Amino acid sequence: MLTAFFGVIRRDLLLAMRNRADVLSSVFFFVIVGALAPLGLGPEPAMLRTIGPGMLWIAALLSSMLALNRLFAQDHADGTLEQLMLSPEPTTLLVAGKILAHWLTTGIPLIILSPLLALQFGLPAEQTSTLMASLALGTPILSLIGAIGAALTLGVRGGGILIALLVLPLYVPVLIFGAGAAVAPDPQAHLFLLGGLLAAAVALAPWATAAALRIALE
Amino acid sequence: MNTSLLYRYASPQQFYPLAGKLIPWFAILAVLLTTAGLYVGLVRAPTDWQQGDSYRIIYVHVPAAWMSMVIYLAMAFWAGIGLVMNTRLSSMMASALAPTGAMFTALALWTGALWGRPTWGAWWVWDARLTSELILLFLYIGFMTLQSAITEPRRADRAGAVLALVGVVNIPIIYFSVKWWNTLHQGASISLTAAPSMAAVMLTGMLLVALGAWSYTFAAALARLRCIILEREKRAAWLREAA
Amino acid sequence: MFKNVSLSLAAGQALRVRGANGSGKTTLLRTLAGLAQPESGEVRWQGRALAACRDVYHSQMIYLGHAAAVKDELLAWENLVYSARLNGRVLERRAAEQSLAALGLGRAAQLPARSLSQGQRKRLALARLHGAEGEAAPLWILDEPSNALDQDAAAALCTALDRHFARGGMLVYTTHTDLPLHPAQALELNLDRPAPTSAAPSGASPC
Repeated sequence: MLTAFFGVIRRDLLLAMRNRADVLSSVFFFVIVGALAPLGLGPEPAMLRTIGPGMLWIAALLSSMLALNRLFAQDHADGTLEQLMLSPEPTTLLVAGKILAHWLTTGIPLIILSPLLALQFGLPAEQTSTLMASLALGTPILSLIGAIGAALTLGVRGGGILIALLVLPLYVPVLIFGAGAAVAPDPQAHLFLLGGLLAAAVALAPWATAAALRIALE
Repeated sequence: MNTSLLYRYASPQQFYPLAGKLIPWFAILAVLLTTAGLYVGLVRAPTDWQQGDSYRIIYVHVPAAWMSMVIYLAMAFWAGIGLVMNTRLSSMMASALAPTGAMFTALALWTGALWGRPTWGAWWVWDARLTSELILLFLYIGFMTLQSAITEPRRADRAGAVLALVGVVNIPIIYFSVKWWNTLHQGASISLTAAPSMAAVMLTGMLLVALGAWSYTFAAALARLRCIILEREKRAAWLREAA
Repeated sequence: MFKNVSLSLAAGQALRVRGANGSGKTTLLRTLAGLAQPESGEVRWQGRALAACRDVYHSQMIYLGHAAAVKDELLAWENLVYSARLNGRVLERRAAEQSLAALGLGRAAQLPARSLSQGQRKRLALARLHGAEGEAAPLWILDEPSNALDQDAAAALCTALDRHFARGGMLVYTTHTDLPLHPAQALELNLDRPAPTSAAPSGASPC
């Protein structure tokens, strides 16, 4: 089982490295959306410090969401997704591997870049580190829940917007706790709640995603 | 319940005429109950000493909000049954319920805004209940959009079922998180849920309207279900014979 | 689609599914592979319903559809190694390269799959049938396996199939050109007029 699990992760990471443009473009999107806030709302430092964490979380959320169709669409098109479903290894495990690889190439760059963007909003160091922690807990949840949406809409017209419609309402709790953690004087409760959501998502989302994939491939 | 009865009406062919017979009764019941409830609420119930007569919108707002939640649960239930037991009619019922549920959600939002305006001076307040209703509306729209985007009916049924079930699991989490968010961000707890203390007659009014809404839902959903049956089964023998 | 299809397959037998375009040949093959659910009826492997023995079935069955199931950005040998890994097998790079060399894809093994010709891609897709994995799977379900293959490659495919039959393997396939095969018994199913036969599809145990 571990052979298959790590095999999936290695393969997807290898593919991401050879398709660097895809990975980089979602990272650039994060940066651009982050820059839109001061452009739209004005550069006044006090205001930017107030909206910074929320704005960065929204940028991370949108960027994460846009990257979702990379998860299954290409595999579906070239037939490798079918072969994955036909493997004797548990589909849930293989799907979990794919989601993990996706987060490694989507979420981790966001977490690493966030201090730079936090600087642009003038956030103090302590708030920045809380923000990074909330992103570290929150972005995997976004990938996990997003995977369900990506699987449900596989091959369906309406693509990116449809995924957004399905997945954004489900993202709301993550946004609330994540952004809330960065602005709260005591972020512990928020981070604990995020951790709880993460645990629940890890337990349930791969299974729901596998079910959705089976439905999509019929 | 007699199980053979259950099996007989599980087929679209058998259910179609039954639904047709039930619709007029539910429609009449809906009109009667809603009228009674509105009469109680608009005419009989006393004027609230704090909010004046504008509070009376709750006789529509609260039942609409109740229905929006109940219908989502019913929709997820029938979709789940259709997914697990592979029964076409259950999935069709879920699809038939969705637009009515969305309508009640939109009605709850609209009446919430109408209530907010004279009371707080704003057309919209981000209180926990209204915000949750808004997200519920998005969940309904997502379900309907997904089903209309998938051309193959069985896949649309199953995918919608997964989405509805995921939604049902998430609704308590969403509600909890929105309440949390609301208490963090709003100093004065301006809340549309702080309804005036309920006199018995007010409760009666709301319950009557709620039951009326329920009957309306049955009538509307059954009518829509009949349309869906016609559309899906159009190649079936029993329809060709009837035509 | 198709209705009232009933068939049964045993060791050494090859079933050719025929039918006009759109008659549902691919759907039938996918249903047998467990990718699609039939609206009524069921598929059974060794007497058990697919849902009950999914893992066992998938380890004893190879399905190759129209799509090559090949990753463009991976090198040919990488494709083999990772597709083996996904099935729970460890395949070393050396072994993969040797496999490909035996199929005439020796030099192509170092190329990314997108640089291969159609024929080479198809041969890469079929490479799974030739190795240990192919030997371990008694049931092969192939949808137009000789598509895009030149004469030599098609001959190599037929040789591999005959070896498969000799081992007691079974085959369900569709093809537009007749393939010279030598199974223990050659069956045909025409979806335009399905012949009424016996029980639901089941596989006999491999020898």
